[in-house]
Amino acid sequence: MQFDQLLQFFLSGVATGAIYALIGIGFSIIYNSTGIINFAQGEFVMLGGLLALSFTELLKLPLWAAIPCAIAVSTLVGALFERLAIRPLRRPTPINLVIITIGGSILIRGISMLIWGKDTHALPPFSGEEPVIIGGATVMPQHIWIVGITLLLISINKFYFFHTISGKAMRACAYNRRAAGLVGIDVRRMVLFSFIISSAFGSVAGIIVAPLTMTAYDVGVMLGLKGFCAAIIGGMSSGMATVAGGLLLGILESMGAGLISSGYKDAISFIILLLILFFRPQGLFGKSESERV
Amino acid sequence: MLRLRNVNTFYGKVHALKNVSLHLQEGEIVTLIGANGAGKTTILNTISGVTPPSSGDILFRNESVNSLFPDRIVRLGISQAPEGRQVFKPLSVRDNLELGAYLRYREREPRREIQKDIEEIFQLFPRLKERAKQLAGTMSGGEQQMLAIGRALMAKPKLLLLDEPSMGLAPLVSQEIFTVLEQLRRKGTTILLVEQNARAALKLADRGYLLETGKVILEGQADELMENAEVRRAYLGKDKKEIWER
Repeated sequence: MQFDQLLQFFLSGVATGAIYALIGIGFSIIYNSTGIINFAQGEFVMLGGLLALSFTELLKLPLWAAIPCAIAVSTLVGALFERLAIRPLRRPTPINLVIITIGGSILIRGISMLIWGKDTHALPPFSGEEPVIIGGATVMPQHIWIVGITLLLISINKFYFFHTISGKAMRACAYNRRAAGLVGIDVRRMVLFSFIISSAFGSVAGIIVAPLTMTAYDVGVMLGLKGFCAAIIGGMSSGMATVAGGLLLGILESMGAGLISSGYKDAISFIILLLILFFRPQGLFGKSESERV
Repeated sequence: MLRLRNVNTFYGKVHALKNVSLHLQEGEIVTLIGANGAGKTTILNTISGVTPPSSGDILFRNESVNSLFPDRIVRLGISQAPEGRQVFKPLSVRDNLELGAYLRYREREPRREIQKDIEEIFQLFPRLKERAKQLAGTMSGGEQQMLAIGRALMAKPKLLLLDEPSMGLAPLVSQEIFTVLEQLRRKGTTILLVEQNARAALKLADRGYLLETGKVILEGQADELMENAEVRRAYLGKDKKEIWER
């Protein structure tokens, strides 16, 4: 009985953790290529869910068609955000950029409230609501979708950054912008790419989580912060460390909610965030790098 | 091939280049010598578009390249191996070389060609071949310098800018680098070389410019500069005594 319960908490923690990981990777991709913490990241999560909802309900598209459309539109918003708000800045300092992303997030949230109202909406689950029994725990099919899609995206992400020339160029940019320019990499284009990739990741996260937790114009705030948390635990790496951070956060949160009280769910993640920032600002798995000059 | 006319560059309020004029012909190796802070690196960065000039003209093959972004300059055929190597340390040696050919990938040049050029770089620097899979940051300074030069060559530049290739290297390693530069010279590569080791640079180069506090104060054939009393006193550390006693 006790073990079954723990397994249950663990499995649902893995699913929410996967969502946090996806959002967190979005944060770290932009951070690595620009040095900005993009606080508008959560809004793309919200946009993904709500756009998918509109495409199914208003345009009567089947879910499989609505999802790519929703991803495409939110990615477009991400690209426009970079072109209109980030790129025109004459002398970008990190603090300016961070404030712009906060402003952008408020703007996107406001417009979304005007479009979709303040109600919560639910997206239908991808494949029914018949629970699956694993061990002694029950799992919704949507949980499996979430974990599967996250794994798929993370592998694509890994392949892109390590095995394609444009992914390598983005890593080069992240490491040393000036040297990247000197080998002919168009740095501004790479920044645009990073916004495109991370808004796409965010919107996917928003779409796959919407059938489970419902969605509304303001879900981006909390989900965004949780994703940020995952990225901080992972030391802002765009790889496995952030995934591990997300999973850890999701599991601890779900254990805490189950064993202590669900009222403390959010408090748990923010306590973790603060502890990490106080004691291991380089991330849980980060090591201080030694470099040869 | 390259011509700078009355170029002025500022770093904030610091007037780093004052009316600098110089030129390079195809197939030539020209060196810029001078003390620290004389503006040698600034000249290269001004050409590369990293620190755009505030006035003056930079002409490359009779085309103005003032104030273009660095990636556009590379596209026109000017590559730089920057000061302090600046290799991409978290990436492997091979990845670094591939990124040197980034624009060629973008222009959809067949991968075979690019791989062939990587092999050529490996022939030039056999040590890089041994370390192809290693992360660039784990190599010694000399090896990183070889990688920086190799990376710049991967773009198949018409003009190669080299910034202090021997900086901080042991004499033997620095000799190795100069041997390779000698090979590049025989292949007819056009090079603008910035060096603190004036003797080695002048030995390699066809012509040279002597810079002091952002100004060109002397120019001439490399062997003439080598014999010039001023250069010998200040930069080659020779005949110091005679000059003071005279």
